[in-house]
Amino acid sequence: MSRTPASRRPGPAGGSGPAPYRKPVPTFWWLRRRAYLVFVLRELSGVFIAWFVVFLLLMAGAIAEGSGEYERFQDWSGQWWVVLLNVIALLFVLLHTLTWFGLAPRAMAVRLRGRRVRPGPIVATHYLLWALLTAAVAWLILKG
Amino acid sequence: MPETDRITLQVARYRPEQETEPTWQSYEVPLRKEWTVLDGLNHIKDHLDGTLSYRWSCRMGICGSCGMTVNGEPQLTCSAFLTDSAPGPVRVEPLANFPVVRDLVVELGDFMNKLTEVKPWIIRAEDKPLDEGEFLQTPEEMDAYKQYSMCINCMLCYAACPVYALDPDFVGPAAIALAQRYNLDSRDEGAADRRDVLSSAAGVWACTLVGECTTACPKGVDPAGAIQRYKLTAATRSLKDLLWPWGQR
Repeated sequence: MSRTPASRRPGPAGGSGPAPYRKPVPTFWWLRRRAYLVFVLRELSGVFIAWFVVFLLLMAGAIAEGSGEYERFQDWSGQWWVVLLNVIALLFVLLHTLTWFGLAPRAMAVRLRGRRVRPGPIVATHYLLWALLTAAVAWLILKG
Repeated sequence: MPETDRITLQVARYRPEQETEPTWQSYEVPLRKEWTVLDGLNHIKDHLDGTLSYRWSCRMGICGSCGMTVNGEPQLTCSAFLTDSAPGPVRVEPLANFPVVRDLVVELGDFMNKLTEVKPWIIRAEDKPLDEGEFLQTPEEMDAYKQYSMCINCMLCYAACPVYALDPDFVGPAAIALAQRYNLDSRDEGAADRRDVLSSAAGVWACTLVGECTTACPKGVDPAGAIQRYKLTAATRSLKDLLWPWGQR
């Protein structure tokens, strides 16, 4: 069996018997299952969510400084590497959103008329609210 | 299926008095359509190698003793059919994330300690005299916790959980689901007593919702759901304490 050397611990209940074998966690354990990989990518997506927040704060700061600063911000954000970073960030933010929406029914035990609501309507409600909020934000931006 | 059909079981062996880490040993057992991996192990024990160690009891998915890693997946060996792995070989290992005592037997002391910490029993502020009768409960009230009461402590959820693998202090899926089984019971008044353990860093907040505990659970308990629901409870409780610090716990 191809395993790295065992880490050892005292025997059960602190006795003097032979030490149990503890299998070390492999470095790439998260590649062993699709669910683990999705989980790690979802955790990583938090970094890109943070980046989006920083980017929005920078943009708001530039707008507050006046049109000259905002144009400089636009020039900076139009560089290929910033665009690439934002495209990657968008993909991770979508992954973050979609996976959390998919998991929402696990966290919410909604009951209607004494019966627990099935996962489908809970997920659908999340998507509906997302669409409504997106439409509201788009309307706010585009009407100007 | 002809009686002569056979399948190979590759079984992890660990005999601490003679080896420092597990090795594989192969056995050929009859491939019968009604045989599970546990039947294969029992055949080995009875006819081929009496030194093989493993746990089992009921053979019908009730006792939770025979959880092992079958072909890389945590499963009850009494419900993993050999024909599903045909033509084989079938790889049988002890449950992941637990110290191995011998062959396929793992040390469960860590879980037992954590289970006690979450107080999985009905707690009452004041005991009611027996002559006042039983605690009545409606079907709706029972429905609120029944799913979590189906846990058989088989440890498949711990074996599937990467958080427990990386952070052995994590209270873990089954213990939290069993705490919720009592928190949601209308007869119980012990939610506050369980709160410190469940709301700690090693409690529900250590869970990052991988969801594999629920996938692995053979009884449909959904420990991941129990943990997420308690996160909501704990967060709401903390907010109430912040806004209303003089209120009752």
